[in-house]
Amino acid sequence: MTDKAQIRAEAARLMGVFEAKGATAVEADILQPAGTLLDLYGEDIRGRAFVTHDPIRGEAMLRPDFTVPVVQMHMADGAEPARYTYMGEVFRAQEEATHRASEYFQVGYEVFDRDAPIEADAEVFAFIQDALSPLSLRAATGDMGLLLAAVRGLKTTDRRKAALLRHIWRPRRFRALLDRFAGRAPLPEGREAMLAKDDPMQDAGPQIGLRSAAEIADRIEALREDAAAAPISTQEVELLDDLLGLRETTVNVLSRLRDIAVDMPAIADAVDRLEARAEALYQRGVDVDNLDFEGSYGRTSMEYYDGFVFGFYAETRPDLPPVATGGRYDALTRVLGRAKGHEIPAVGGVIRPEIVLELNAGGAK
Amino acid sequence: MTLKIGVPSKGRLMEKTFDWFGARGVELARTGSDREYAAAVNGIDGIELVLLSAGEIPRELAAGRIHLGVTGSDLVREKLGGWQDKVSELALMGFGHADLIIAVPKCWVDVNTLDDLDAAAAAFRAQHGFRLRIATKFHRLIRDHLRDHGVADYQLVDSQGATEGTVKNETAEAVADITSTGETLRANHLKILAGKPVHKSQATLFKSRNADWNESTRATLATLSGKLGLQS
Repeated sequence: MTDKAQIRAEAARLMGVFEAKGATAVEADILQPAGTLLDLYGEDIRGRAFVTHDPIRGEAMLRPDFTVPVVQMHMADGAEPARYTYMGEVFRAQEEATHRASEYFQVGYEVFDRDAPIEADAEVFAFIQDALSPLSLRAATGDMGLLLAAVRGLKTTDRRKAALLRHIWRPRRFRALLDRFAGRAPLPEGREAMLAKDDPMQDAGPQIGLRSAAEIADRIEALREDAAAAPISTQEVELLDDLLGLRETTVNVLSRLRDIAVDMPAIADAVDRLEARAEALYQRGVDVDNLDFEGSYGRTSMEYYDGFVFGFYAETRPDLPPVATGGRYDALTRVLGRAKGHEIPAVGGVIRPEIVLELNAGGAK
Repeated sequence: MTLKIGVPSKGRLMEKTFDWFGARGVELARTGSDREYAAAVNGIDGIELVLLSAGEIPRELAAGRIHLGVTGSDLVREKLGGWQDKVSELALMGFGHADLIIAVPKCWVDVNTLDDLDAAAAAFRAQHGFRLRIATKFHRLIRDHLRDHGVADYQLVDSQGATEGTVKNETAEAVADITSTGETLRANHLKILAGKPVHKSQATLFKSRNADWNESTRATLATLSGKLGLQS
């Protein structure tokens, strides 16, 4: 375990790197209102964050990340475009007994830029890669935008697409839904019998609770529509599987995606963006010929990424968490800015200085 | 040094625990007045009986303040994160059976499975502007279960009693609770979701991994295990 003072010093050094590149240093409160985080991440965050209670303000959480407070700060009074850097501890409760730290430092770099999102993606990746370059790490990248575009383009009902999009960050659930919509898995227990009735709501007993009879009737209607809809075709499911299974260098992936886009034109724009990003990365000196791309990358994080995603890993130390991770989270800013109709395209990443130190120490031996 | 065994301090769970040990030649008995929480063990030396609330036995086991303890398997899983690192199961005792289940109003004819619950929760949130509320006191077990099954757009609201009434009172849309016969649920116009229960609970004899296991307490456990017919 490295000394906390050393970790803080390393964090400050890394933050200095981002400041030198023009980022404004910002701070965030450690205590965050629980309501906002619960609204964004759902009940799961309760298992992963430290929840505490303030007698006046109610439930609060020790910040599980900086993203939310930095976006809020920017939306409140930020000028555009904006580049921020920050450092500090984040807190993650570990429900299962693991060796993972429940409190650790992050140094972050975030870009809010409406006009040149692809350029911003490349900038964040390249700056973080530069900052970590002495460590010779493996970078993995992905693009949630591709998958989102593919699902939006499926030839099926809007309700099915909405259900798939809602679970895109829960791979098992997504798969179960896709199998059902493709007619490859049985309907949930009891569904057929219920739909076979002329009036399923007959003999249902008294109407209790907030969920009204009209809401129940609406869902029955939706289920009837679903039962009548044609299954998603095998060809479309296979194309989706191809997308999800991609695991190649960026250059090879691009040619593969051009092939897929012939049968799945909905992803064409996303492929164009991927290509433009590869070019922007190349211009910044990133070795895109050897840059790994994974079709499913970014699907299991809770960070709400919906575009470019990346992570840096020490291949010689699979026991360590990623040294850095990041991505684009435009949707998160839409949710946070919902009340005032604000949104701001945003991309950023975080480095864990403790891991950087540990790798440095390992290399010196 | 004595081996401490914690058992529930009242009610049917205490009586059945006493019966279970008695049937195996280890007599547990309360001593003193009816109201005094004191007890003794006959038929075996070196054991001290500690009467505790069933809900506190998991914590005492985890802290190693008792060597053995009898409580519901649901309580250990709910109250101890990473429970298998803290306690081990010596015997499933075959009583105190109860299922931890999720129930919704019977009038929700469109909701029969967790899959339906997830879809209904999405629609509910869109309609009402907040996440569908599930009243429970088993926060950890329910949250893990719903996460494993990919249910989103719900929130847990704490309910320490009369949980079945929360739907009618409109403080929750669904409930997650322990039931053995389902009668209270039916009386409150609720139905249990199809599929396996979240957890099938029963009274269980647990061994603490953190208690002081020295030569003398290990020897006592071996003698006790012999009498109870357990592998120690």
